[in-house]
Amino acid sequence: MTAKIKEFPGVGLRESDFTERKVLFTEWKPDARYAWDAGVAIGRYLAELKEGRIIGVRCHHCRRTVVPPRIFCEWCFRPMDEWVYLEDHGVVNTFSICYVQWDMERLEEPLIPAVIEIAGASKGVGILHLLGEVDPREVKIGMKVKAVWKPAAERIGAITDIRYFKPIN
Amino acid sequence: MPKEVAIIGVGYAGFRALTPEVSYKELMYEAAVKAYEDAGVDPRRDIESFVTVAEDFTEGTSIFDEYVPDQLGAVLKPVHTISGEGLHGFIAAYLQVLTGAMDIVAVEAHSKASNILTPDEIMAFAMDPVYNRPLRANPHFIAGLEMNRYLCETGTTREQCALVVAKNKHNALYNPLAAYGASIAVEDVLESEMVSYPLSRLDMSPRADGAIVMVLAARERAEELSDIPIWIRGVGWCNDSFSLENRDWTNAIYAARAAEMAYRMAGIRTPWQELDFAEIDDTFSYKELQHMEALRLCRPGEAGLLVEDGATEIGGEFPVNPSGGSLGMGHLLDASGLARLLEVVLQLRGEAGQHQLSDVETGLAFGWRGLPTTSGAAVILSN
Ligand SMILES: [Zn+2]
Repeated sequence: MTAKIKEFPGVGLRESDFTERKVLFTEWKPDARYAWDAGVAIGRYLAELKEGRIIGVRCHHCRRTVVPPRIFCEWCFRPMDEWVYLEDHGVVNTFSICYVQWDMERLEEPLIPAVIEIAGASKGVGILHLLGEVDPREVKIGMKVKAVWKPAAERIGAITDIRYFKPIN
Repeated sequence: MPKEVAIIGVGYAGFRALTPEVSYKELMYEAAVKAYEDAGVDPRRDIESFVTVAEDFTEGTSIFDEYVPDQLGAVLKPVHTISGEGLHGFIAAYLQVLTGAMDIVAVEAHSKASNILTPDEIMAFAMDPVYNRPLRANPHFIAGLEMNRYLCETGTTREQCALVVAKNKHNALYNPLAAYGASIAVEDVLESEMVSYPLSRLDMSPRADGAIVMVLAARERAEELSDIPIWIRGVGWCNDSFSLENRDWTNAIYAARAAEMAYRMAGIRTPWQELDFAEIDDTFSYKELQHMEALRLCRPGEAGLLVEDGATEIGGEFPVNPSGGSLGMGHLLDASGLARLLEVVLQLRGEAGQHQLSDVETGLAFGWRGLPTTSGAAVILSN
């Protein structure tokens, strides 16, 4: 903006200009709905979550154990060799403390998303979840955490069958 | 056009109405494994670049590019996704090889149409939000508008369109990949319920799931790796002005221009004599006829008569959609054009099985991007 212009002619828009349709516009609300086939790997992952277990897969070629499972190794481009049950605890690889909702409204209680390196999986491999039962100021990278499961009757075969991960000693 | 780039491998999976047993990633993986085996390449070692074709709204995931490398063996390699027809993606892969920057490139397109719960709403989302969408008519009316004008101008009849459906569904009976093979009569099509006059339900290709992967290679690598390289002789693509108010409702000009570009490159002057067969978009029955005329496979207004004469049947003078087309195989969303091209490859290799054509050397594939678009792409292949 040039410094030579001192005054800006025109009138600012008010919300009432829109509600009274002095300013014309068109609205559209999309109805986009999907139901994704989970398939072999994620289908089994979800079924195991329903049973209160975390399952991964292992590639004998690069000797990695990964979670969430997939039927192929993306590094070696060959089928995975075996299913491996993992522990329901692990170590915080990284975390954030999120103070805003989806509409950017401030949250009273922040959410703490974290990548948790699951015990039994290869170094650096983890699942994304939330931390709970912890003061945000106490969360540390490298902290040990454990899954807090919903009761069996409430589990539906979804990532939310784990409520959150909480710190353990 | 000299033989510079060839298709050295093809792989495919699905082609069914539903594929609940696999995720889209697993479907793509199956097609990729087969294509790489067919080409005799290791994707981690040999393939230098990957092109995929996907539209975020049909996937239900935005920036879908990010979701493709793992299942294609493309992690930490050059990858980009084209939002277009499958053949647009194919041409992008071809051009990469032609630049000399890449020797071996893979292209992928897929459909998980069965996972979209509101497909017509997604289609409506492609219409102008200000002056078309608020009318709230199901977008299939656009095919009705076009079919009506096309029939009126050319003297083509609904019966002739119905013959296209009968032919393609019949061809599909001999294609093990096809999901919708059937023996149906012209009356069945004419009597099926009206969707948007004059388009009836059976005039429309039903959707299907499937994935296709192809491997392209520069001449030297192609000759080294493949006993039956299928050469790319010409490519072309074109977008018309999209407006529903002003578009040409009779002629598929985008198809004519795309084909002219491909013919020029291939040195083809009289396509109906120099081509042996064609696999062209038949999303709707009349589209096969309209596209035949635009692609100069016959004179304007003549396509309906040729179908009546049986000239476009598998045993006819100029077979069109021996695979069964989208009417017989199922519409694979943006992968449809690659499905047409896949059939051309299999025919030119002599691997089409029960519906193999005899003595074919050159074939054309044409893909249309579907409602409500006026864009398409053409590819000419030779063995
Ligand atoms: Zn591996």
